[in-house]
Amino acid sequence: MTTETKKEPWARHKKLEKNVALLGVLAFAAVTVGGIVEIAPLFWIDNTIEKVDGMRPYTPLEQAGRDIYVREGCYVCHSQMIRPFRDEVERYGHYSLAAESMYDHPFQWGSKRTGPDLARVGLKYSDEWHVQHLKNPQGVVPESVMPQYAFLAERELKIGDPAARLTALYRVGVPYTATDLKQAEADLKGQADPLNASADLQERYPKAQVRDFDGQPDRLTEMDALVAYLQVLGTLVDVNAPAAQEDLAKEKGR
Amino acid sequence: MESLVARAGWWLAALLFAVFMFANALDTGFAVHMAIFALAALAGLVISLRKTDYKLAAAGIKLPTDQSRYDDDLVRAGVILTTFWGCVGFLVGLVIALQLSFPALNLGFEYTTFGRLRPLHTSAVIFAFGGTALIATSFYIVQRTCRARLAFPALARFVFWGYQLFIVLAATGYVLGVTQGKEYAEPEWYVDLWLTLVWVAYLVVFVGTIVKRTEPHIYVANWFFLSFILTVAMLHLVNNVNLPVSVFGSLSYPLWAGVQGALVQWWYGHNAVGFFLTAGFLAMMYYFVPKQAERPVYSYRLSIVHFWALIFLYIWAGPHHLHYTALPDWAQTLGMVFSVMLWMPSWGGMINGLMTLNGAWDKVRTDPIIRMMVMSIAFYGMSTFEGPMMSIKSVNSLSHYTDWTIGHVHSGALGWNGMITFSAIYFLAPRLWGRTRMYSQRMINWHFWLATIGIVFYAASMWVAGVTQGLMWREYGADNYLVNSFAETVAALHPMYLARAFGGILYLSGALIMAWNVWQTVAGNLRQEEPLRQPAYDPAADRPLVAVPAE
Repeated sequence: MTTETKKEPWARHKKLEKNVALLGVLAFAAVTVGGIVEIAPLFWIDNTIEKVDGMRPYTPLEQAGRDIYVREGCYVCHSQMIRPFRDEVERYGHYSLAAESMYDHPFQWGSKRTGPDLARVGLKYSDEWHVQHLKNPQGVVPESVMPQYAFLAERELKIGDPAARLTALYRVGVPYTATDLKQAEADLKGQADPLNASADLQERYPKAQVRDFDGQPDRLTEMDALVAYLQVLGTLVDVNAPAAQEDLAKEKGR
Repeated sequence: MESLVARAGWWLAALLFAVFMFANALDTGFAVHMAIFALAALAGLVISLRKTDYKLAAAGIKLPTDQSRYDDDLVRAGVILTTFWGCVGFLVGLVIALQLSFPALNLGFEYTTFGRLRPLHTSAVIFAFGGTALIATSFYIVQRTCRARLAFPALARFVFWGYQLFIVLAATGYVLGVTQGKEYAEPEWYVDLWLTLVWVAYLVVFVGTIVKRTEPHIYVANWFFLSFILTVAMLHLVNNVNLPVSVFGSLSYPLWAGVQGALVQWWYGHNAVGFFLTAGFLAMMYYFVPKQAERPVYSYRLSIVHFWALIFLYIWAGPHHLHYTALPDWAQTLGMVFSVMLWMPSWGGMINGLMTLNGAWDKVRTDPIIRMMVMSIAFYGMSTFEGPMMSIKSVNSLSHYTDWTIGHVHSGALGWNGMITFSAIYFLAPRLWGRTRMYSQRMINWHFWLATIGIVFYAASMWVAGVTQGLMWREYGADNYLVNSFAETVAALHPMYLARAFGGILYLSGALIMAWNVWQTVAGNLRQEEPLRQPAYDPAADRPLVAVPAE
């Protein structure tokens, strides 16, 4: 074997070094493979999202609260993804299921726990606790390094047309009904105002909590929305029901 | 004259469009952003009207550009802006580090909370500091290695200044609460659209210049730049498919939700690291290290092998950000396996960079720029070992969600990206402004040590913080109950957070020294100083021995 043939594979590479189109096409081909193999199957493999009872789209008020959660960047310090470890399950509750974030646009699993996980924070604390804690976290938890969000309680919830947000979410795949869209404004106000809530709110949104959240019954503030969102987190799927446990026992691969 | 009228017309149309959008804006953030767009269009209009020489234009004379010189205006602007954005990004980083030590520093205003400033910090360092450095150095390098002037000079100006506009829109957006809530992809839909335009133009200018080349071969640095530009375009487009609630408002919802959203995001997020912060910066390494060391690249074969292996393998590594989550297990395992494999091509780059110094290792002692480059490549090697290690599921179960991740990111960002950019700035500034050297060599040395010691404080404190927190979370007592409440783990980290902030102060001071040094170099000053290293000289001993007769 001569040195000439030994060098050949590298000599062929010289072709690429002289042709930017070929180099670009091959480089692009190289970088697309991984994404296609990993991401595309998630859209059609059945067991990606397990079928569970109880998941429903957010109410307009919860969604408005979620938009505030995103706006304030809560996800930079709080995860919403409980891993299947003994300590996490005991600290935060049953590990998170893929189905529980299926209507989350965007997902808010987070990547860092400067504060605790919030995937199942709903109904763990009272509304009053949340309001006090958001206004002055150190007043409730002295060691906390969380910023103070007192301004949320002062600010009226102004989100323009609530139906527009639900419509946009509907278009990206959240199954709101025509009634949900039509009633969006009434539902938004009604959820924080039990006397004026529409009768079918809790039929269309099972387990929706209808009450004043921020301790100011005469006002609808951003605090109302955020607390409504926090209080629904992790409460929709009854993971401890016998049927759910049986299904989860069959789940493989985690 | 006609081209002037056409250009002014475009600017005016852009201005009117922005004013129209401003007038119809549904929320404050959108209104502010449209006002910024309008101001940018107005600035473009005024500049193009004032720059024109009307006498020549009236006579129909077009002055030819000097084709025998490289087009370096944008590179000069880039060096200054990279320095500026670096200082801004490090400063915001220091502020948020201090907020985690002293929460009162959030000041109670919505605009100054950690949640809003943290994306400001990450975007300022990655996209403003890193991105400006990448665009400026790619424009410098592609011209030199192709021996050709930049293609499409007007489009190149659009790329550079359009990218700066993107930075301003992103940064002001975070403070105003305009975000789509995905890490490192926070800018909203219209800013994403703007960046897409800029990025496509970037690809056209870059490839156009390569097509114009007079050198037969495309140099290895350009392979990396090309793959960086192409891949970032793909990642940006796929991860930012958003539906705006209204075309007159900032809010939008991404098409991807839940588990698919998570994997698309971390496919994007990890490859923002892989292609923005690695491939692009490796391109810088492949040009500036051989130039400064005056040695050829160590191995041509290694550069081919590690280039193709790196770009192919990186894309698969995203799922390691989602270990033990609701992402299907097969995807997690696949991500882990490829992350571990990624160690090898990463070290291929490190070896090729370090071994380029063969025959020039003495310069580590004498040349502070080389010293900085070596430290940078060393940090690249360390963090690309640490990364695969952390992507192993059992390690990740401890490290994930803790400050260990933050420490890992910063050893890469401060060590590798920061140091290689600083050394590129020190390489470029004297050449671009026609000076014999930087204003001060000793200040480069100071910068080197401040940065290095700063990183050591940063990384060490975050390792300790991460492992501490991870172990405290999972600590069980003899009674079989969890030992620590979450609040106790927060309190335990306080000293480490202080040490981290101290490291940040050192790193920022180094960058400020660099800013002063660049400023003085641009101004044309040379600092009178002792050279960094000189062989010992004793004039008293420098004479013949004469026998002294005994008394």
